[in-house]
Amino acid sequence: MADQALHAQPASTDGQTRRDFLLYATTAVGVVGTGLALWPFVHSMNPAADTLALSTTNVDLGAIQPGQSVTVVWRGKPVFVRRRTPDEIATATKDDGAELRDPSKDADRVKKPEWLIVVGVCTHLGCVPLGQKPADPKGEFGGWFCPCHGSHYDTSGRIRKGPAPANLPVPPYEFTSDTTIRIG
Amino acid sequence: MSGFKTDNKVIAWFDERLPIFSMLQHSAVEYPTPKNLNYWWNFGSLAGLVMVIMIMTGIFLVMNYTPHTTLAFDSVERIMRDVNYGWLLRYVHMNGASMFFILVYIHMFRGLYYGSYKSPREVLWWLGVIILLVMMATAFMGYVLVWGQMSFWGATVITNLFSAFPIVGEAIVTWLWGGFSVDNPTLNRFFSLHYLMPFVLFAVVFLHVWALHTSKSNNPLGIDVKSPQDTIPFHPYYTIKDLFGVGVFMVFFLYFVFFAPNFFGEPDNYIPANPMVTPPHIVPEWYFLPFYAILRAFTQDILFIPAKLQGVIAMFAAIIVLFFLPWLDGSKVRSATFRPLYKQFFWLFLADCVVLGYVGGKPAEGVLITIGQLATAYYFFHFLVLLPILARIEKPKPLPASISAPVLKGGGMAAGATAQPMEKA
Repeated sequence: MADQALHAQPASTDGQTRRDFLLYATTAVGVVGTGLALWPFVHSMNPAADTLALSTTNVDLGAIQPGQSVTVVWRGKPVFVRRRTPDEIATATKDDGAELRDPSKDADRVKKPEWLIVVGVCTHLGCVPLGQKPADPKGEFGGWFCPCHGSHYDTSGRIRKGPAPANLPVPPYEFTSDTTIRIG
Repeated sequence: MSGFKTDNKVIAWFDERLPIFSMLQHSAVEYPTPKNLNYWWNFGSLAGLVMVIMIMTGIFLVMNYTPHTTLAFDSVERIMRDVNYGWLLRYVHMNGASMFFILVYIHMFRGLYYGSYKSPREVLWWLGVIILLVMMATAFMGYVLVWGQMSFWGATVITNLFSAFPIVGEAIVTWLWGGFSVDNPTLNRFFSLHYLMPFVLFAVVFLHVWALHTSKSNNPLGIDVKSPQDTIPFHPYYTIKDLFGVGVFMVFFLYFVFFAPNFFGEPDNYIPANPMVTPPHIVPEWYFLPFYAILRAFTQDILFIPAKLQGVIAMFAAIIVLFFLPWLDGSKVRSATFRPLYKQFFWLFLADCVVLGYVGGKPAEGVLITIGQLATAYYFFHFLVLLPILARIEKPKPLPASISAPVLKGGGMAAGATAQPMEKA
């Protein structure tokens, strides 16, 4: 083929090495350069600055009575804030010793036992569990029940029954005063 | 599809069923290319590269753009300030549009100089003119999406061109707008079409390359390839030459992206669109200026044809005339190198286009009106009068016997005679 004939090099290994080096160096620069050029495209799909700026939510706890729950939005997801009754706290603590799929002590899941704050997204496939409103089914363990595929969560937001693999996660939060928290 | 052979059984298996590898081998590797192409032949592949860059940046910009009159401008500013590398994507897209036109205009003037539109490349040339038209429509609609003052008033002025047509004009404009002024329906349809057109463009470019590979590349001498010794395989000779061009071009392109990103733009387009106030001096983007000058050159009603309609017709005609170029220029000699008269008029025509561009960017007043009218007249004179006459009266210089002949001193024998011994085993 004409192509190969034109490629024929003098037998000198010196020339071969130099040409190979140039080829590899050029290819390497090309590959690295293309990769660097593609990064801005990929990174543009990551959360933008204004999206990141929305990643904290302040909640006033003052109006919430014992046994009541509110749902707040944090990073586009519902966060369950429940003011637990002494009964619910007692059940949750007692069940620390029960057989748990995702073992975790109730004390490790709250900052103040009265206030349970969990992300209200079922760890199975992302539905929002029921149990925030008084009339909602709360599942067999008095916490939350996910209607999509039947996961039951207890009064500490731990998975007790059903397909979900993990407890409702506790978001990072802190008490900014006795009656306000900042999530995120 | 002769040359493709492989020891890899998987590739061979696949290639038997869908000959992608054979096709690549045939059209991008061993593709015989005239060996005397100069750097003016880099601009086609560069334009193709910019098209890919435009489509890629465009797809990612859309992910953060909102096509609504109340949100569009702010969504663009959000891209500039909040989206990661959004400023880079937008500046590449914005300057990429200008680069695309620079490259395509150079590509076209190369075609004009070397007679690349002549037989057997008429269809190739037509497809190129269609590409230019699609590019213009795409660029215009993309500019509107920003929804700044120039976007809005550019859209208003350009869509109003169609109102020049008698009887149906007003109905056409209302239809284009989807209302009684440029408004949200207009913005939405422009957005839809601005996303569609690049893929239409891609398809026409594919046909353009297909036509190219059928009639093969012209070359600076403008003579046909006479024997295999007049050509070299596309790879590695022209792949590496094209890549070198890419390097040089990217320096030019990225200089603007990083150091003068708004060089080609208009400051007024950073003011949100206001349907109540027209900016005092509105101009289209630079790549439309010559055509804009032609549009404005007509100021007198002639018989029953109003000046407005003349301008619109002339502007469209300025591009339509290119379709007829292969027959307007009847000279059998392609390259201006061997056409002493045409060569001079080529440069005069290029200068005329530059003058039109200059006039198009200035307010229509004083002596500039006259200059614009003369330049417009010359534009059409060049195509409709000069070229046909030149073809008849010009005495071309003698053409070399083959592409190889001028470089093989004394070797300018008949092509068939030299081809035999030179052909490699």
